[in-house]
Amino acid sequence: MPDSETVSNNLKHHFANLEQQTATSKFGMWLFLATEVMFFGGMFVSYLVYRLSYYNAWVAGSQTMEITLGATNTAVLICSSLTMVMAVHFAKLGKRKLTAIFLIATLVLGMTFLGIKGVEYYKHWVHHEVPGPNFHFEHEGNFDPRHVSIFFTLYFAMTGMHALHMVIGVGLLSWLLILNALERFSAEYNSPVEIVGLYWHFVDVIWIYLFPLLYLISHRHTG
Amino acid sequence: MWSNLPLFPAGASSMAGHVDALYFALVAITAFFTILISVLILFFAVRYRRKRNPTATQVPASTTLELLWTGIPLGIVLIIFVWSSVIFFIQTRPPKGAMEIYAVAKQWMWKFEHPEGQREINQLHVPVGRDIRMVMTSQDVIHDFYVPAFRIKADVLPGRYTSTWFRATVPGRYHLFCAEYCGTQHSGMVGEVIVMEQADYERWAASGVEGSLASSGEKSFQQYGCSMCHRSDAAGRGPNLVGAFGRPVLLDDGRTVTADESYIRESILNPGAKISSGFKNIMPTFQGQLSEEEVIGLVAYIKALGSGSANPPLPVSEPNSGAYPVAPKTEGSAAQSDTAVTPPEKANPAKSAPKQ
Amino acid sequence: METATAPVEPKTNYLNADYGIKSWLLTTDHKRIALLYLISITVFFFVGGFFAMLIRLELLTPAGDLVLADTYNKLFTMHGIVMIFLFLIPSVPAVLGNFLVPMMVGAKDLAFPKLNLASWYIFITGASLIFYAILTGGVDTGWTFYTPFATTFSNTNVVTAAIGVFIVGFSSIFTGLNIIVTVHRMRAPGMTWRRLPLFIWSNYAASVIMVLGTPVLAITLVLVALERLFHLGIFDARLGGDPLLFQHLFWFYSHPAVYIMILPGMGVVSEVIPCFSRKRIFGYNFVAISSIAIAVLGFLVWAHHMFVAGISTYAALIFSILSFFVAIPSAVKVFNWTATLYKGSITLETPMLYAFAFIGLFTMGGLTGLFLASVGIDLHVTDTYFIVAHFHYIMVGGMTTAYLGGLHFWWPKITGKMYPESFSKLSAVLVFVGFNLTFFPQFLLGYLGMPRRYHAYPPEFQVLNVLSTAGASILAVGFLMPMIYFAWSLQYGKDAGPNPFRAAGLEWMTSSPPPTFNFDETPVVTWEAYNYDQIDAPNEGVKVAG
Repeated sequence: MPDSETVSNNLKHHFANLEQQTATSKFGMWLFLATEVMFFGGMFVSYLVYRLSYYNAWVAGSQTMEITLGATNTAVLICSSLTMVMAVHFAKLGKRKLTAIFLIATLVLGMTFLGIKGVEYYKHWVHHEVPGPNFHFEHEGNFDPRHVSIFFTLYFAMTGMHALHMVIGVGLLSWLLILNALERFSAEYNSPVEIVGLYWHFVDVIWIYLFPLLYLISHRHTG
Repeated sequence: MWSNLPLFPAGASSMAGHVDALYFALVAITAFFTILISVLILFFAVRYRRKRNPTATQVPASTTLELLWTGIPLGIVLIIFVWSSVIFFIQTRPPKGAMEIYAVAKQWMWKFEHPEGQREINQLHVPVGRDIRMVMTSQDVIHDFYVPAFRIKADVLPGRYTSTWFRATVPGRYHLFCAEYCGTQHSGMVGEVIVMEQADYERWAASGVEGSLASSGEKSFQQYGCSMCHRSDAAGRGPNLVGAFGRPVLLDDGRTVTADESYIRESILNPGAKISSGFKNIMPTFQGQLSEEEVIGLVAYIKALGSGSANPPLPVSEPNSGAYPVAPKTEGSAAQSDTAVTPPEKANPAKSAPKQ
Repeated sequence: METATAPVEPKTNYLNADYGIKSWLLTTDHKRIALLYLISITVFFFVGGFFAMLIRLELLTPAGDLVLADTYNKLFTMHGIVMIFLFLIPSVPAVLGNFLVPMMVGAKDLAFPKLNLASWYIFITGASLIFYAILTGGVDTGWTFYTPFATTFSNTNVVTAAIGVFIVGFSSIFTGLNIIVTVHRMRAPGMTWRRLPLFIWSNYAASVIMVLGTPVLAITLVLVALERLFHLGIFDARLGGDPLLFQHLFWFYSHPAVYIMILPGMGVVSEVIPCFSRKRIFGYNFVAISSIAIAVLGFLVWAHHMFVAGISTYAALIFSILSFFVAIPSAVKVFNWTATLYKGSITLETPMLYAFAFIGLFTMGGLTGLFLASVGIDLHVTDTYFIVAHFHYIMVGGMTTAYLGGLHFWWPKITGKMYPESFSKLSAVLVFVGFNLTFFPQFLLGYLGMPRRYHAYPPEFQVLNVLSTAGASILAVGFLMPMIYFAWSLQYGKDAGPNPFRAAGLEWMTSSPPPTFNFDETPVVTWEAYNYDQIDAPNEGVKVAG
């Protein structure tokens, strides 16, 4: 399909030209990300409040985390951001094959992340660290096990919401791959790739905050 | 009909005057601006109606006017803010030496415990002219202690103590409402505050009492084995509680907290939360084993063991004590930790925390 | 009866461009979606009103004798949830905003038409869940979902209702997002920011709140639902959590949400007043900026709902003074509207009557807000009927009045038909009188100390409650009348023509009802907003359709 055709096929009726359409879509995504920041913000605030009040329980909860798995996942996500950047780059150049390769790479890394996260969740379940009737935490040190339960509640809420966003991201990447295979994108028209890229980076950034907050709480006071 | 149409509530506390004065000032401001705007709108609508004024005259914007009607309201609200904050400070700072009455709220009733040991449900007897501090907690959901005639209201939360205070000025019976929605019988969680003359109150307080709040706390202190560790010498596995109330406590993580009612409550129910420096986290939690009333008794008892300043009890008269009549029964003022009137039986810590 | 004049050559407009149920349910035309919203929220408004009627009837007598206490608690909860989340929040933004924002900025549609349709479906999904919760036993937590009552003690359909509200929240996020992006990116050539109608400014400000505030409510309700389902204890003191944290998170959205429920109404008034006084609005810049100021300050005052809840003294003082500051931009607006009337050429058509009612009622509502911002008085009047009266003055006296005024103002544009003027004026008067009779006594009740959400009350409060119920019956008539004559006008109303009120603004420069893409050709704007002097000048060549 020639480039001019991808433009005319994709220009929506209510826009004057493709530049306006692209700028509008990008602006919309940025605004949506602002909403997302506030969405996670509610949980970050809860985290902060309880961490300040129940610091010892937070340390105890954090010590159950497998830092290796968390760190691996962090690395995986950072790599996926890189491959996403490359996908956007090649989409802008109109190189469909390279775009597809990097989209697939991003997709695989995203799934890897979810897989490792699943392993971690399974381990927490086996160790009775999932809040609710199954929850049981060995009580040693100056804290209340109920507060460790709150730590885990927030841990599962935050990483769960993040994982949900990853799943949506994986869906979006698959959608891009289909559109790419159908030759819908060109050097002129590629804004969906760019917008999904924005979303993907945002989800990565959330994890960059979650990792230290949940896995790397200081062990200083536990001696 | 007009006798059935009350427009203004009775005022029966030292707060009522303050709140009502600001209320009337605000009513005046509200009336002034509402009337001003309404009259202007009606006047313009008539004066400049199309029949009389077929062509509108455009008026240029005026920054002066805009600044004026930004600045004047700003000035007014700042004055109101300062005024209301002054009232708020009076409301949040209970006077020293106030008599303390404990309240436990639950769906859907109020339970009160007087320092003398009187317990009552949905009725609160208080003496006129005396500062009274309510220390309140809830057994279930959030409730709210509201006495319109006193112009005070405070939420009552589960898991912590909240407090408010009042000084009733007129004897009589007044509504007590729960003002925070708390479930099915929310509107049935009402009661009465009965303000009595001092002498009547003393008579009422002395009738049919088994023992003071602190002494029932002392019983719990023995019954639950608290005295095994919290001994009055330095050999106990737990901190010595004599004279601990109201004092700063150094915690093992370096922070310092004041040993107030909330801290004592937390240390009973959740001992690991704030460990006193130099002690091990070995105390079992009493969460679920003690009723709120028992916790209140224990708090009252620990208070009676003497606040930091009054141990051993000093026989000097407390400076505030002349300001209001003190109940003659020494037992009755056990919870007044700031006063010197510590009951004899509490004055002997050895008896309260016997050695094993 | 007048014979309907069949136009010789019926112009194609958005209503007759396409027929059939599918053409409505799958439309991406912002005007049709606005009508979908209009129909939905009208239904919800009368459902909420029905609950209100039962509440007022119960309160006729001091004893709780009409319904059971449990039923009463469900009634006020469902009244609150339905009116706030299903009527007030979508009212002006999703109906009038949806219809007018693209037209006012000179665009063919909102920036994301599919998202717009999706937002209506999300809205209906959430609303269905809420109604499912209502029909299968109701909810009794109050619309505030306070913990630990909502998480542990209530035995009603809290989770379903909370999830319903959560879902509805996303529809308002998407509407807000669409409005903001449209205003930024879709303006017609020459439509600079300072030429935007004030309706756009105020909806823009409200949209900012929708986009930034709603997600916090969403996540909070998710946590409430999770806590209730799995006994997690984030907000339950018995499990180590803090119920006050819930209140902070809840009010962080729900206080700004109050401004979602008033700012767009202010926008309506800012359109109506200049039109019927033939004046440029006085102090355009100040009215525009004050909308933004309200949105920003609105995010900083949430804890004034918690003065008695046990927050620290200094926190209370900070939230107190910030709450006072919000009064300033609101006052600025009122003064500017009043000043706009000065030397105008005023007629009292129905929208103008509603606008006057709005100013009066909003002034009362705003000034009584000062009582609540004063911590000292708030400790006495919060959680009483005083606060009930206060927020009804803002939400019903303010927003609902403005919404009705706006409907009357743009009805000819939306449908191409005129409604009967005498009936509509009567309804405006009935709403004003009925409203004041309903809610003014509640201020007195509040200061007397009658707590809110009381099923039974001490007998000395009865007279004022009877007055209030009497007022409510007048109010109900005032609200029902427009439904009847609006429906009548669809069939029998006179053709309105493109601009029956000779109003300024791009939306009036196209035919009524407008064509699917709003304008036959993209307009180019060369004039300031509210150029009534140019419109009224006899021979000036400023383009006014009609």
